[in-house]
Amino acid sequence: MKDKFESVIGLETHVELYTNTKMFCGCRLSFGQEKNTYTCPVCLGHPGSLPVTNRKAVEYAIKIALSLNCKIQKYTIFHRKNYFYPDMPKNYQISQYDLPLGTGGYLDVDMGDYVRRVRITRVHMEEDTGKLVHTGETGRISESEASIVDFNRAGTPLIEVVTEPDIRSPEEAKEYMVNLRNLILFLDVSDCSMEEGSLRCDANISVRKAGADKIGTKTEIKNLNSFKFLQKGLEYEVKRQIKILEGGGKVIQQTRHYDSQTETTKPLRSKEEAHDYRYFPEPDLVPMYMEDKAVEEIKKTIPELPSAKIKRFEKQYNLSGYDSSFLAGSRDLADYFEKCCKCYPNPKNVANWIMGDFSALLNKDKTAISDSKVTPEDLCSMLKLIDKEKISSKIAKSVFEEMFDTGKDPDSIIEDRGLEQISDEGMLESIIEEVLKNNPGPVEQYRQGKKKSISFLIGKVMAETKGKANPRMVNEIITSKLS
Amino acid sequence: MDINYLTAHKLKERLIKKEISCTEITESIYSRIESVEEKLNSYIRLEKKNALKKAAEVDRIISSGGDIADFTGIPLAIKDNICTRGVTTTCASKILENYTPIYNATVIEKLEKQNFILTGKANMDEFAMGSSNENSHFGPVRNPWDTSRVPGGSSGGPAACVAAGEAICSLGSDTGGSIRQPASLCGIVGFKPTYGMVSRYGLVAFASSLDQIGPLTRDVEDCAALLNIICGHDENDSTSIKAEVPDYKKYLGKDIKNIKVGVPRELMVEGIDREVKEAVDRALKLVEEMGGSVEEVSLPSLEHALSVYYIIAPSEASSNLSRFDGVRYGYRNLEQKTLRKMYRRSRAEGFGNEVKRRIMIGTYCLSAGYYDAYYEKAQRVRTLIINDFKKAFGKYDVLISPTSPTTAFKIGERIEDPLTMYLSDICTIPVNLAGLPAISIPAGLSSEGLPIGVQIIGNILREDNVLKAAYSLEKAVGFTSRPELQN
Repeated sequence: MKDKFESVIGLETHVELYTNTKMFCGCRLSFGQEKNTYTCPVCLGHPGSLPVTNRKAVEYAIKIALSLNCKIQKYTIFHRKNYFYPDMPKNYQISQYDLPLGTGGYLDVDMGDYVRRVRITRVHMEEDTGKLVHTGETGRISESEASIVDFNRAGTPLIEVVTEPDIRSPEEAKEYMVNLRNLILFLDVSDCSMEEGSLRCDANISVRKAGADKIGTKTEIKNLNSFKFLQKGLEYEVKRQIKILEGGGKVIQQTRHYDSQTETTKPLRSKEEAHDYRYFPEPDLVPMYMEDKAVEEIKKTIPELPSAKIKRFEKQYNLSGYDSSFLAGSRDLADYFEKCCKCYPNPKNVANWIMGDFSALLNKDKTAISDSKVTPEDLCSMLKLIDKEKISSKIAKSVFEEMFDTGKDPDSIIEDRGLEQISDEGMLESIIEEVLKNNPGPVEQYRQGKKKSISFLIGKVMAETKGKANPRMVNEIITSKLS
Repeated sequence: MDINYLTAHKLKERLIKKEISCTEITESIYSRIESVEEKLNSYIRLEKKNALKKAAEVDRIISSGGDIADFTGIPLAIKDNICTRGVTTTCASKILENYTPIYNATVIEKLEKQNFILTGKANMDEFAMGSSNENSHFGPVRNPWDTSRVPGGSSGGPAACVAAGEAICSLGSDTGGSIRQPASLCGIVGFKPTYGMVSRYGLVAFASSLDQIGPLTRDVEDCAALLNIICGHDENDSTSIKAEVPDYKKYLGKDIKNIKVGVPRELMVEGIDREVKEAVDRALKLVEEMGGSVEEVSLPSLEHALSVYYIIAPSEASSNLSRFDGVRYGYRNLEQKTLRKMYRRSRAEGFGNEVKRRIMIGTYCLSAGYYDAYYEKAQRVRTLIINDFKKAFGKYDVLISPTSPTTAFKIGERIEDPLTMYLSDICTIPVNLAGLPAISIPAGLSSEGLPIGVQIIGNILREDNVLKAAYSLEKAVGFTSRPELQN
């Protein structure tokens, strides 16, 4: 029998903060602007320029650290991390080393039937690098004539969140990232877009026989830049390492690159490289002293976080655990839901619509609820129209689709399309009498005790009214007429 | 008296009285430059055309009733490691030979507000590394008092041009003595302010925790006036101090009757020239005659200052200079096909030997496995030095020492022997390590006719004591000699 293996995973996540200006200069952050237009002597590393710390970025970083239950260091400094690369204007990165902003935190990851507590080693601040753009059609360095450096991104505030090796499966790793991203989105300090690179993740991974104490030789996997790649890349790496160990081999400590096309990992550099970053305290910046009072003030600005919100939703809106997690798990959904609950009295109805038809349309369109054309007010008006029996739930589905596509309010859609439910008793009676007269067979069957025949008759009425007849009234009138 | 040998405050009086125009001052400076520059090589770049244009503009401003501030229309030379927008700033290095800054250093912005005249960019040791100004890509500067000798360094150009009448004043930078030592060797006044008093924004960094910009002038009064302008908090420099800037000129002419002077035994070092020691002793005697008290004091940790400096300064430099890689600006070897080779060749060809030597020392000191033994330990000893000074300033108002252990030495005499060269700064280096203000003023001439300087050191932010003592001593010494450089 083969031994069972377990994986031991630690993650390093970089998050770009969306402050107004860069980490150490007054340049605005850029989003796809023309190359090298959002730069200045400081972020271009011109001789004589000096960094000045962005206080807002420090505040954002403190928010993240606090939300991850970290202790904020009273005394924190920046270090220089020295290495040469053309996307680094100064050939050193201003980062943090042995005195990071936050230490000793954790993030609880709900795995459904258990909770994995992932300890956070540190949260530290640093500056982003520029970007290399390789000329040529493929954009691959091997096929390009030249490389261009775009420094627009250089100096963008970054925080790095480093975990202990507490993660035990690729799935847990993915869930950790989902949770971390969500938490940061709640804090409103980054757009956490993995596609655009504002949320980036590297993993350290090793495997060992289940229950063993010692951690095996690890590899570092880079380019895990989507939830899917993170899980796939780690799954591949687990299999690869197990195969080596089972074959009696040894895992080599190395940096590997995830290739999403082949879904495999490959060694990034052939040579064994031991970087010596020659860290030393950044002499151009002064130490930061974090006063308890200031940290307390920042703490007060932290909004309700997902775990607390889920609990509150269950209690306040009387929702199931599943519904609460769904709605409170994303800041956008939660905000939308709560706005609806302010103008509509039945939270369960709102929840059903958001989680049902609305989510289906959002998924199909790949839109976020905050970008949807349907305002919470319009959704509520529609729910009220159903309650008042102005439209049936069935008609509502089609009304909602139009609201979703056009952003029109439900009343005008109903009016334009003449969808208002027929609840006029006289009108319904005359239609029903007509239907009964034209369908003597089913009427007779009903009277003889075949109660199901009423569905056929109701169907006829609905067809006659193009679905607009008030179903409850139709039912009542037919029942009384046939008895 | 020659116009180009007047002080800024004398010129200001004449400008106010309309006895002279800025154009005349500027022209007299350039005519002097044209006659002596070939011998001295004080400048890397001259800005004659722009300077004369600016002088004419200032004359118009003055004649239409504009304010005449202390440096309005005064020709100043700027050390070539201070960024001047649109005017090359080379740091005397091949690697920045064609580098033109896109911004002005904060000190330049401040001087611009007074409408100063930029004569040109003054020569220096490459990246301010050196004590003789022999490490310049643009050739050595020669001492106006004896052109076979060095002017000191690294601000050799700024010192020589003021001493030779090629500028009225200048700005230099001082990391381990780079203002005071050349001022001493050239017979002028040089001041290094408290660390953080002058913004470093726009000063090309050598060693960030030690660098400080300061004035080189012909007298203490000009020095105080220039400090008034360049000192003050700058939000672009995180290490700049948020302290009030007093009017430094108000400390001039105050008596020093009760001043308490300490003479650090460790700075009256072995190997100090007899004549230098005698000149310092004479100065101390003058202080006593003016009613001050003089005592010997020991600061034991100072004996380690040189070692500490030659770990910390190169460490910071190795990182500060890594941005010169041929990628964005500066010299690039265009023949290389790979990135690594381009980096290596550009830096190998772009930097001079002394700079390379210090980059290597610094890289070594910061390396894994050596950091604790070198950089970390040096920082701890630096704290001991700071504490020794603190203790001394509990008892004394100022400390007095030689600025340089010797007078100007011959060009080529020490260049092959870095350790002897490094000893030139033994009296000035401890001051930078502790971030203190200090001045060098002329104390006389040696029997060979070479200037000797005396250094006055003050406690943190006590520029006032330094200036008070310097002004009184300057008057008492009465140094009026000028180099006999033939026109």
